Amino acid sequence: MSATVSSATPQQPLPQVRADWLPLAIVPLLALAALPFVGSPSTWLTLTVAGLAMGLIVFIIASGLTLVFGLMDVLNFGHGVFIALGAFLATTVLASMGAWTASPNLLVNFTAVFTAMLVAMAAAGTVGLAFERVVIRPVYGQHLKQILITMGGMIVGEELIKVIWGPQQIPLPLPAGFRGSILVGDAAIEKYRLIAVAIGLVVLAAMLWVFGRTKVGLLIRAGVQDREMVESLGYRIRRLFVGVFVAGSALAGLGGVMWGLYQQNVIPQIGAQVNVLIFIVIIIGGLGSIGGCFVGALLVGLLANYTGFLAPKVALFSNILLMVAVLLWRPQGLYPVAKR
Amino acid sequence: MSGAQATAESGEGAPGFDASDPPGRFARLLSNDPPRSRLLAALLVAIVLGLALAPFLFPGAKALNVAAKILVFIVLVASYDLLLGYTGIVSFAHTMFFGIGAYGVAIALTRAGPSWVAVALGVAGAVALSILLSVLIGLFSLRVRAIFYAMITLAVAAAFQTLASQLSEITGGEDGLSFKVPEILTPAFSLAGTPFLGVSLDGRLVAYYLLLVAATLLFLVMLRIVNSPFGRVLQAIRENDFRAEAIGYRTVVYRTLSNVLAAVFATLAGALLALWLRYNGPDTSLSFEVMLDVLLMVVIGGMGTMYGAVVGATLFILAQSYLQDLMRIGSSALAALPVGGELLGALFSPDRWLLWLGVLFVMSVYSFPAGVVGRLRSLGLRSRR
Repeated sequence: MSATVSSATPQQPLPQVRADWLPLAIVPLLALAALPFVGSPSTWLTLTVAGLAMGLIVFIIASGLTLVFGLMDVLNFGHGVFIALGAFLATTVLASMGAWTASPNLLVNFTAVFTAMLVAMAAAGTVGLAFERVVIRPVYGQHLKQILITMGGMIVGEELIKVIWGPQQIPLPLPAGFRGSILVGDAAIEKYRLIAVAIGLVVLAAMLWVFGRTKVGLLIRAGVQDREMVESLGYRIRRLFVGVFVAGSALAGLGGVMWGLYQQNVIPQIGAQVNVLIFIVIIIGGLGSIGGCFVGALLVGLLANYTGFLAPKVALFSNILLMVAVLLWRPQGLYPVAKR
Repeated sequence: MSGAQATAESGEGAPGFDASDPPGRFARLLSNDPPRSRLLAALLVAIVLGLALAPFLFPGAKALNVAAKILVFIVLVASYDLLLGYTGIVSFAHTMFFGIGAYGVAIALTRAGPSWVAVALGVAGAVALSILLSVLIGLFSLRVRAIFYAMITLAVAAAFQTLASQLSEITGGEDGLSFKVPEILTPAFSLAGTPFLGVSLDGRLVAYYLLLVAATLLFLVMLRIVNSPFGRVLQAIRENDFRAEAIGYRTVVYRTLSNVLAAVFATLAGALLALWLRYNGPDTSLSFEVMLDVLLMVVIGGMGTMYGAVVGATLFILAQSYLQDLMRIGSSALAALPVGGELLGALFSPDRWLLWLGVLFVMSVYSFPAGVVGRLRSLGLRSRR
């Protein structure tokens, strides 16, 4: 049927899915709306860059979680463990590369941080593989048990981190070249935030490439839409899922390094703290939606920084208020994923 | 939720049990939901006797504190079981309601002075706030899937904890509130001049028995609720919400009601805690650690059994209070080992006791989802056949 239609009108292109730009447009609108309240443009620029940096880090962490949920209907409450693991590995790696981080040369610093990121990603990915095998695989399709068991995994992981690194707060100073800020007009922008934005954009570009231009990405997107259909076409979605889970864990490890550097200290409870944030982000975005996760992360980051400047007390609740507002507008999140 | 629990559940109609006999007075007290296992019954009797006679059996302030904590947590964990075990809803905001109850009493007693009127006002206000919040959260998020509710409650609980520590003029912030309780509950109050069986009859004893009576009553009421037709509907929703809806029950209404009931009982447990401790702060009643503790207690004790709350809370708090001493001995012994002693010592250090309970938790979700109670019940069934 469809073959005859397409042969009858060969020139007619496939109907395009209408892009839903509205949620994406909120991000610049929010930034612009904040400008008159903040007053001075230089402060506004500082806050916006800070917000974007935070948003992109959160996006890196949350993207894996939302994909894992979209693909296999698994919500991993233990995602925070990978964040904490990444952050703690960063303290060890950077401390052991003391000469590299102390050097004022930016390139040398980058090498050190890059090493830390690689180590964190590798470790988080490996642990993720084991976590999927041991903790998640036996409870596929049983939501209640999943929540309980991943929460248990989180408790055990956090305690193990305390065994290895101790329960106390560990400082994670920025490398020498990352400290300080540069002046754009009157606005002082911290260097690390710019770097975080840059890394975030690189990760985003890589993800867009994978999802938009590769077959794996196509399969993942198709799997999120309709798992059975992809399976019936002969693809092993389980294997794909393990890959996504490992990649998501590795990204959480990377995000953990960046978050730790952003906070400049690390505590074992970091995972549980960030967990709350990323859950809000993926709810806002629509469970399973990678684009929604991106918009949600940016909104959370920007709003946290604007309200932190304008009304520090409100800032503590800005995420919740944002979530309530978004859910009142679109109850399934900004970009609802089909059938969910 | 299936497996062992289903067998435990199906034991109810077994012949030669309580079902055919006209229920005795004691069975009616337990809402015709007896322990259904001799071992479990013996364990429960031991726990109840131990708690009832705790001031006389285990002298000392620490032992009494542990016993009182067990009483409070039995109520709290049972109320969580109502939600998690019977309705199949995972909420991470349960300590929020616990905290509301504790703060209600704390704030009322701080503001209005130590009187029973203040206690009543505090409890009433706290219960009203809990009902309001639980209805709001329920209607907002229980329409959708369980996972969604779990995440929303996690976020709401985090926000509420921040709120409580920020409103320091009312709640005392991070320091919390210390307050005076009505005179009859204070250590200075004396019931009789001479000690009875070596225990001085002071206000602490009165307070302990107040807790005991309140906890027993609340527990029996909850047992009645889950064994009522209403409780049956909740279990039907847990097993298959689609079918329950198809039969004609409005699942949203039942879920929300279950949420509200659980919240109210948690609030009352919080009020009891505040009355006992004469102090309340974010760490004692609101923190996420308490939430995790409750989760561990429910699952280890046995979800969907109510008696699991008693067993779970008792085991967990005993472990929390005394296991650490045991681990301290073990840890120092292991640390002396020549090979890997340092790591083993760290793994078994008393501060890491939660690690082992976490492992136990994960294993019990896998292997015996109905927890200790379910295990004992299925053992009993097997031996009877």
